[in-house]
Amino acid sequence: MSYLLQQVLNALQLGSIYALIALGYTMVYGILTMINFAHGDLFMVGAFLCFLSVLFLKLPFVATLVVSMLGTALLGVTIERFAYKPLRGAPRVSAIITALGVGLFLENFTLALSPYPKHIPSFIPNTIWTLGEISISLLQVVVIALSIVLMVILDLIVRRTLLGMAMRAISWDKTVAPLMGVPVDFVISATFAIGTSLGGVAGVLYGLCYPVIDPYMGIMVGWKAFISAVVGGIGNIRGAMIGGYILGAVEILVVAFLPSTYRDLVVFALLLVLLVFRPYGILGKATVQKV
Amino acid sequence: MKKGGLLFCGLLMTCLLVAGCGEKSPSTIRVGVIAELTGDMPAVGESCKKAARLAVKQINDAGGLQVGEKQYKVELFIEDNAGKADQSASAAQKLITQKKVLAIIGPNATRYAIPASEIAETSKVLLISPWSTNPRTTLDAKTGAPKKYVFRACFIDPFQGRVVARFAMDSLKARRAAVLYDVASDYNKGIAEVFKETFEQNGGKVVAFETYTTNDRDFSAQLTKMKKADPDVVFLPNYYSEVPLQIQQAKRLAFKVPFVGSDSWGSQELLKLCGKDCEGYYFSTHYAPDTAAPAALKFIEAFKTSYGVMPDDVAALTYDSFGLLKQAIVEGGKIDRQYVRDALAKIKKYEGVTGDMQFVEGSSDPIKSAVILKIEGDRFVFFANAKP
Repeated sequence: MSYLLQQVLNALQLGSIYALIALGYTMVYGILTMINFAHGDLFMVGAFLCFLSVLFLKLPFVATLVVSMLGTALLGVTIERFAYKPLRGAPRVSAIITALGVGLFLENFTLALSPYPKHIPSFIPNTIWTLGEISISLLQVVVIALSIVLMVILDLIVRRTLLGMAMRAISWDKTVAPLMGVPVDFVISATFAIGTSLGGVAGVLYGLCYPVIDPYMGIMVGWKAFISAVVGGIGNIRGAMIGGYILGAVEILVVAFLPSTYRDLVVFALLLVLLVFRPYGILGKATVQKV
Repeated sequence: MKKGGLLFCGLLMTCLLVAGCGEKSPSTIRVGVIAELTGDMPAVGESCKKAARLAVKQINDAGGLQVGEKQYKVELFIEDNAGKADQSASAAQKLITQKKVLAIIGPNATRYAIPASEIAETSKVLLISPWSTNPRTTLDAKTGAPKKYVFRACFIDPFQGRVVARFAMDSLKARRAAVLYDVASDYNKGIAEVFKETFEQNGGKVVAFETYTTNDRDFSAQLTKMKKADPDVVFLPNYYSEVPLQIQQAKRLAFKVPFVGSDSWGSQELLKLCGKDCEGYYFSTHYAPDTAAPAALKFIEAFKTSYGVMPDDVAALTYDSFGLLKQAIVEGGKIDRQYVRDALAKIKKYEGVTGDMQFVEGSSDPIKSAVILKIEGDRFVFFANAKP
């Protein structure tokens, strides 16, 4: 029993990070129906900003978080302005290719600065509580609690504020929303800012949990978060959260009860099965293609 | 050419004869080196180059090599493979056909050593790879038999698996072991499997044998599972960038056992990435800079005075490759590619920086010992010798 609880705790930690990144994919898709494949690399930039601010500015945890969030948000908005906005009317494939290009640019830019893996010094006390046979680290508590708090705030923003209403309006109908006085460009920028800053937070938390970072770290994690978003129903914010936790749970529990070599096999087999029965993900709704 | 010719002249006192001979038999021994000077592992190539230059300088300062009646100076040709497989092959080709070298030392990494070794094997030229520990380097890809002209100066991966297994049982008194390894990497997988086999043959039990794939960062599920199996020791035959994450995550799960590793731990980077978390753990590797073997001490001193840094594994093994070649040339007694190869294949004893080596005809891998190092503070400290 305690073994299962320990593994559930591990799953919550991993799932929280997947969920935070998945939100970035899903928000951008919801508003632009575009998959921002550079998001995994923005997450990597978040981790590197954390590394820089810890090492050179010696900032405490909360300040580091703010620096990473602001830095990635700014980068996300800039990328949207200069790389994606000119392509808004172009075929969807062009936008995806551009996103892949931006991702490669970010990787190689970081690589050009320094190719060696970096170590983030731990700046959260390494406290571990042991309850019976379960051990909980302060880090785990911070990761899980912070992720949940941020997700609740995001949910409130989207459902209760004017900005959230504007986001939903644009995602509902991009041509009618501006006629009703919704400032489309501003809302899209705000969506990118929020989405990428969550990716930045995920980068910081990831860097804390797994303190060896390198320019390619965003690729695999980005893919897995993207899968989480698809599983949950891409475009649906609560879906991305659920998808993230499901993927984390499956990855951990497969290893917990089956030989660990089967992990990716089972994960991707489940994904295929799920998509056969629910092609739009768990919370996604089938959309009718308007001709 | 001139110097060797004059020396010969002095010996035989007939200049006419010398001029005639000089055309036919060479007056220097030409040795080629293929190193990873640019590309993805320039640090490896740099170490190799430095050690090669030092070895040749020492031989020539001592008057050269005595082969038969004559003294020969050694001439060094260094080629860069740019960290590419195809350039390794073309560098080998160039050294053999244009520079007409007697033997080749290098490349170091397995993925470059294999293409170069194919050229050497078909051209019947001796090639010694200092650092490639993968068994495939010296084996024919088609038949699986040992290559005839390709040798190495290091031990092979399966040997390390056995060494660490025995060390865990004898020195750490472990009876229950757990292993976590990268299933997508030949090196890690090979060592892990041999470790398991040896450990169980000797009456131990491998209670958890867990895997992950390259670039994974989260090992919490595997480690929790391993903790539940309650091992006495955990073996991590993984690269230095992953090991710190594995150990740190284990500690967060209050999983307190000794961790042991293989030569992939042996980088100063490990200490940087680990901080204090790897303190007191052990790994097997090629040589210990702080051991008291006289041959090793002399080499380390010379290397430090020449270059101002401590020699690493690659430097020590490159130096030993030259030592082996030197012994083979002298024992072969003739400047001939075939003679040198045959002499090397049956070297009874070579006392090297990385320990004593022996070659037996029918195998291209030396019989040599490994060392177990312990991590203490910011240093790797010699702990024990492991006999083959």
